[in-house]
Amino acid sequence: MSLTLRALLKSPWVFHLSTGSCNNCDIEILDCLTPRFDIERFGMRLAGSIRHADVLLVTGSCNRKSMVRVKQIYEEQTPKPCLVIAIGECALSRGLFIDSYNCPLPLDKIIPIDIYIPGCPPKPEAIIAGVVKLINKVKGTL
Amino acid sequence: MAKSVITIGPYHPLQEEPELFRLTIEGEKVLNIDVMVGYNHRGIEKLSESRTFDQATFVIERICGICSTSHPFAYTRAVEDIIGLEVPERAKYIRTIVAEIERIHSHLLWMGLAGHFLGYNTVYMWVWKLREEILDVLEALTGNRNNYAMFKPGGVRRDINPDDISFVLKKIDGILPTIEMLKKAILDDPVLHARLKGIGTFTREEAIDYCALGPTSRASGVARDVRKDTAYGAYDRIDWDMIVTENGDVFDKAVIRILETYESVKIVKTCLQNLPGGEIDLNITSIPPGEGIGAHEAPRGETFHYVRSDGTNRPVRHKVRAPTFMNLPTLKATVPGCTISDATIILAAIDPCYCCTERMVAVRSPEGDLLYNGDDLVRLSQEKTASIMKRMGIK
Repeated sequence: MSLTLRALLKSPWVFHLSTGSCNNCDIEILDCLTPRFDIERFGMRLAGSIRHADVLLVTGSCNRKSMVRVKQIYEEQTPKPCLVIAIGECALSRGLFIDSYNCPLPLDKIIPIDIYIPGCPPKPEAIIAGVVKLINKVKGTL
Repeated sequence: MAKSVITIGPYHPLQEEPELFRLTIEGEKVLNIDVMVGYNHRGIEKLSESRTFDQATFVIERICGICSTSHPFAYTRAVEDIIGLEVPERAKYIRTIVAEIERIHSHLLWMGLAGHFLGYNTVYMWVWKLREEILDVLEALTGNRNNYAMFKPGGVRRDINPDDISFVLKKIDGILPTIEMLKKAILDDPVLHARLKGIGTFTREEAIDYCALGPTSRASGVARDVRKDTAYGAYDRIDWDMIVTENGDVFDKAVIRILETYESVKIVKTCLQNLPGGEIDLNITSIPPGEGIGAHEAPRGETFHYVRSDGTNRPVRHKVRAPTFMNLPTLKATVPGCTISDATIILAAIDPCYCCTERMVAVRSPEGDLLYNGDDLVRLSQEKTASIMKRMGIK
């Protein structure tokens, strides 16, 4: 594991990227940060800018207008190494929007994804469990 | 002084959803604002037309995560309007209970986010902690924290268990002292008074001209509320007040939302205490040809649904108009003239919800032809996808 990746895992700052979701996953992400779940105790913080982020939390069924921007954000603006977490059914497989004329591609065809957290929306517990699994996976202990 | 343009978005920390604001500024003063949306459009109306009437309820629920009762409420009312029937009394009460608990959660969510936008993160954390109690109530009643799936044309999907009523009442009573404390903390705070009073003032005339809805119009003294105007559900069976204030500034919009939370608590408690017995579902088997409209006062204003049926099991046309569609243009009246730092809270004060708003618009050419019909959309979609895939190098 590279030094930068090891440093990243100590206190991953997350950036939340909504690519056309219904808000539910976004709210559950914010819920994780608030007192009942409080993932700040694990060193995770919501970063205000993509350029400060270590982890991208992507929600939503990537529509035609946002897919170009998602690719641009991931490739040009996010500092590397960067981990990508797909949250919610829409980001996994587009869910019920699979037939929509405006959601042509699943997210993982556009940017590489490290871990998928299913649910519509996933509960905050599931999001925290997913992030922990990702950290363990990167450390090589899972 | 030279004019310049600040672009906020589409991915920015201010709001959860992607949207693009373009502020034309001179010094620190905002001269004009432009909003660009479309980052959330998913073609829900079209998807809903490809599902059966029962399935469409689940699609409609996913228009917006915060209003996941409001849209099904309006949709089921539209379908019931086609058939011309009244749902059973118990179903009406259950619908009202879920809708009002959702209003409490939505208003609390807004209060927290407004605190966050103002840099008052204490309020954000307090309110969202309190909101978890409401989500527990929703989980007990409906089985999920969001996307409740309670509604179906003709009634509700789940009954309220008598054992849950005492739990819900206890929880609802439990949040009242905290809301009271928040009300004092927010409304008596001299800093917030200085920060919010007289900011983004939206006059009564403007509210009428812009057809503003919900708390945005009620803060300006326009008493507009579907629950009172055309009573439905159990709203005409219980006693509650419409909150109206006069000033129309951001402070008044906050006051409206805090006071409405109390009214919602009152409605939920009254409904739970007077919950009538009987059926919860009419078990509709077929829907005749015809068209129907349904409206519901969502936390942000009136949600309006239009459904047309041709006698088959699918809607032929389903039109959705969300409250933010009407409230978003009000920024044209409120934002120009303020400073950049005030613009953020004025943008947030209408409680915008972009995923509700983003609908496809069909364009009529001068000859009167509809430029986009279903086949055109499919063709456009395939062409666009091919071109994007080519541009991005995806096979």
